[in-house]
Amino acid sequence: MKRFQILEPRTVAEASRMLQEHGDAARIYAGGTELLLVLKERLLHYDYLVNIKTIPGLGGIDWDQEAGEVRIGALATHREIERSPVIAEYVPLLAEVEKKVANVRVRNVGTLAGNLCFAEPHADPGTVLLLHDARVVLETATERRELPLAEFFIDALTVALEPGEILTEIRVPRTPPGAGAAYTKFGHLERPMVGVGVLLQAREGTIIDARVAVGCAGPTPRRMPEAEEILRGAALARVEEQLAAAGEAAAAHCDAVDDLHGTAEYKRHLVQVLVGRVARQALQRIKPIA
Amino acid sequence: MATTQAAPATGAKTALDIRITVNGKEYNMQIEPQETLLEVLRNRLHLMGAKRSCDSQVCGTCTVLVDGMPVSACTYLAYEARGKEVTTIEGLMQDGRLHPVQQAFLENNGFQCGFCTPGMILAAVSLLRENPNPTDEEIKRYMRGNLCRCTGYVKIIESIKDAARRMNSGAA
Repeated sequence: MKRFQILEPRTVAEASRMLQEHGDAARIYAGGTELLLVLKERLLHYDYLVNIKTIPGLGGIDWDQEAGEVRIGALATHREIERSPVIAEYVPLLAEVEKKVANVRVRNVGTLAGNLCFAEPHADPGTVLLLHDARVVLETATERRELPLAEFFIDALTVALEPGEILTEIRVPRTPPGAGAAYTKFGHLERPMVGVGVLLQAREGTIIDARVAVGCAGPTPRRMPEAEEILRGAALARVEEQLAAAGEAAAAHCDAVDDLHGTAEYKRHLVQVLVGRVARQALQRIKPIA
Repeated sequence: MATTQAAPATGAKTALDIRITVNGKEYNMQIEPQETLLEVLRNRLHLMGAKRSCDSQVCGTCTVLVDGMPVSACTYLAYEARGKEVTTIEGLMQDGRLHPVQQAFLENNGFQCGFCTPGMILAAVSLLRENPNPTDEEIKRYMRGNLCRCTGYVKIIESIKDAARRMNSGAA
């Protein structure tokens, strides 16, 4: 790696000012699992790494009872999330998926926030968070805004962070009571090729909420409203008949691209198959509300 | 605990002074911010057990424990180990006796060429600390980031299960 300097801010405001001051010569550094790889490859170079791990209070995973959502601090690692009782209780699918991210060494060091900010398309957590309508909190020295995760992802490796902005927390509304949620990934390389998540909620024998998200196939993970529409309102007893159509709708809208992992055509096929398979698993996990 | 002064880097204004404990021995050293833990272990402390292979956190040959937690030393800044305890394969032996996981790998033919073995053993030590009685499935899941190109993994899984038995019975 080429030489850089590590800066150690004590507050978010200080970190933001460092980023503003150094512009493109500085980058936020937390786990470093993605950043250090590109620095070693010399694909990028920064004169300054702003180590946000020196900022007290940026970590932690808490349940916000009033909002009915989980707050995941920017410094929370994949491993902390996978083992968190709060996540297991309120967003169990996230814990399940985090257990299978990369390997234990990456999960020990890498943060969820870093995973989202790096926006490498071949990743799992973004898809699961989209299923839960997660939001990200972005802060500078003077401003604080919240953005739906769906608007945070702009393109492969591109997110909506403005200069000097830092992702400080991820807010994840709890899995709706009684809902069934599932996620499956498929791939033959180290990172996944296609990831599909489905969340279904039923009341009085009818699907009242259907969420489908597809990741890895295209430049960003995305919800699939066309597939969701087909499932929403379906009778629980007959939803099985709609799964093929929902799969086709998702395959048609998932923006699959050719890459090292597979052709767009192959990925569309996988999306079509996986939507049905994952939806069946989600259905098995539903606890109908009277 | 003995304190050893390692050779400082020369002529760098960005150099950092860190204190790091490696295999129970404390070192005060001056490092460059961009130095990886693997570079410090191999180039400065001449501990050759952890190896650079894929250099991208996939293969596990550079696995070391930092405060007991497995990390890829190839993609982990030495700066991050400041004030922490690093364990490499060279530090597992106690009082002239191999660690039970080492002994189990030896007796169960858990390695052939040995290249992956230091990382494999350290990952297994961490696994057994977290889960003293893992199932085959749990072993496979935990060890999936440590690749072996010789054994086909069967002997490794047998070694880890044997190590678990040894450690649970208190006999090395």
